[in-house]
Amino acid sequence: MSTWDTDERTALRASVRRFAEAEIVPNLGAWEAAGALPLELHRKAARAGLLGVGFPESAGGQGGTPIDTWVIAEELIQAGGSSGLVAALFTHGIGLPHLIEAGDPALIEKVAKPVLAGERIVSLAVTEPDGGSDVAGLTTRAVRDGDEYVVTGAKLYITSATRADFFTVAVRTGGDGAGGISLLLLERGMPGLTVSAPLQKMGWLCSDTAELTSDGVRVPVGNLIGTENEGFYAIMGQFAAERLSLAVQAYATAQRCLDLTLAWVRERKTFGRPLSSRQVVQHRVAEMARQTDVARTYTRAVIDDWQAGEDVFRQVAMAKNTAVAACDFVVDNAVQLFGGMGYMRETEVERHYRDSRILGIGGGTNEIMTEIVAKLLLA
Amino acid sequence: MNIVVLVKQVPDSGSERKLDPADNTVARASADNVINEMDEYAIEEALLVRDREGGEVTVLTVGPDSATDAIRKALSMGADKAVHVVDDAIHGSCAVQTSGVIAAALQQLEYDLVLCGAEATDAQLSVMPALVAERLNIPQLSGARKLTVEGGMAKIERQTDGGYWAVEAPLPAIVSTWDTINEPRYPSFKGIMAAKKKPVETKTLADLGLDAGSVGLANATSKVLDFAGRPPKGEGVKVVDEGDGAQKFVDFLASQKIV
Repeated sequence: MSTWDTDERTALRASVRRFAEAEIVPNLGAWEAAGALPLELHRKAARAGLLGVGFPESAGGQGGTPIDTWVIAEELIQAGGSSGLVAALFTHGIGLPHLIEAGDPALIEKVAKPVLAGERIVSLAVTEPDGGSDVAGLTTRAVRDGDEYVVTGAKLYITSATRADFFTVAVRTGGDGAGGISLLLLERGMPGLTVSAPLQKMGWLCSDTAELTSDGVRVPVGNLIGTENEGFYAIMGQFAAERLSLAVQAYATAQRCLDLTLAWVRERKTFGRPLSSRQVVQHRVAEMARQTDVARTYTRAVIDDWQAGEDVFRQVAMAKNTAVAACDFVVDNAVQLFGGMGYMRETEVERHYRDSRILGIGGGTNEIMTEIVAKLLLA
Repeated sequence: MNIVVLVKQVPDSGSERKLDPADNTVARASADNVINEMDEYAIEEALLVRDREGGEVTVLTVGPDSATDAIRKALSMGADKAVHVVDDAIHGSCAVQTSGVIAAALQQLEYDLVLCGAEATDAQLSVMPALVAERLNIPQLSGARKLTVEGGMAKIERQTDGGYWAVEAPLPAIVSTWDTINEPRYPSFKGIMAAKKKPVETKTLADLGLDAGSVGLANATSKVLDFAGRPPKGEGVKVVDEGDGAQKFVDFLASQKIV
């Protein structure tokens, strides 16, 4: 038995699967068409005790470790959810940690508790139109004026932004570079803060994404998250969790597509025989299984080491690229083996094919991950 | 209010279920064992009553060691503690014998209300509430689709094919529930973690003051003498449409007394 399938985590998987089958699978198509998840799903997930896992009880969470949150993500995807659904329903997984770590009781009361109760939504806004992965170079400015900061700048590709009540926004409060960055809590309705129409994406259709524009938004200094000019380090501190989270979504998506493909090739007959009787197909699914298994085993091993406090910055980057490559291979071959059916919107592997394309882009691209590995190897 | 929920572990009705040809009892060792589905509704109802009225919910099960999984599930949903009667001599007991064990265990507990599922998906006898009520000399309210507890009375809507009967009885009473009564909660992460620390008391027949001769396959009031698997599916009937397909189809349905 590993840390991933203790009795408690097995029971947690059973609860998550039941929740997914009852609340998510029958509705996911409609949410994809609508372009967003209903707030009611957040409330239901909170009532089922899923939303707060991985966050301390003092902040309105359920306790537990990151592994528990990833057991939930794995099972949601493997029960018929999707990485897009995980991104939209658990946006607080990237939007809240800095705020909770900073520990300001007023902000925890105002933001963390209602978000973990499923009543409010929080987004993380770091990426800028001219930036991408270059966090240290961000240009949104926050200028102190009395008891307020005045914020001006634009943020792009902000997950759940059209629904969010709160935004954890990375701003420049100091000089150039990593040392001048802070995190500020912006709130829907603040004068000068506008959220664009939903951006039209290739995948993650149930997850709304938008641009956030701040034009002289006045933010009380009480909304500063953590210490001024130390925001870069707070963001950096969450990089490992974000990348590992994407790696988990990648291998879980691969596992789901493998499961769907195995069922399909047994059932689908061509020229009078099931697809599974063809050696080409047999070898293909064997390779899909190998890559999925290796990605999961390696990613989980890195997570276990990370939880044990080891320095795994390089391994995290390698895990993300390994899992993303496995997922890319598996979703592509799943669609291929499903044939014409795999190209249809009604077919689940088609959704995973589109959804998974972002996994090698978000949270640091494949190329950035490789760059990190190379730098650390040759340092 | 002290509430005891009777819980049974059964082979998953969604998987293949078998009898053990060695002694014609349910093959539990090889089965995918789960909590009896109907019992989850009884647990949920117990939790709802407790949350309104206060008190404690105790889970009571009679079964082999593996039945601890069913107990953990009930505790992770929110029950407070459990009693597990486990004794090798109980293997193969009939419903009448088992009711004696349950009644003896209940007599060692404080209870105002006993809840159980209206049937178990393995034997489907649906007699346990009546047997236990008779042994304890308490009223039984069976087949509830709604339960209210007030003023020392349990009132239920007893589900029938055409509607319901309003039935009531003074406490202590035993109430069995159908799956129309509520929507059982999912065990939450917190509930799952808390279940580990909740007390589970294990009792043997001796602890209950029962003689091994009162239970077990050898002394059962009923026995399974023989069993056979379901016959393989037949060929089916092909209706060839020669302009009269609809009529032939209806004739077939009529011959099967479907229409």
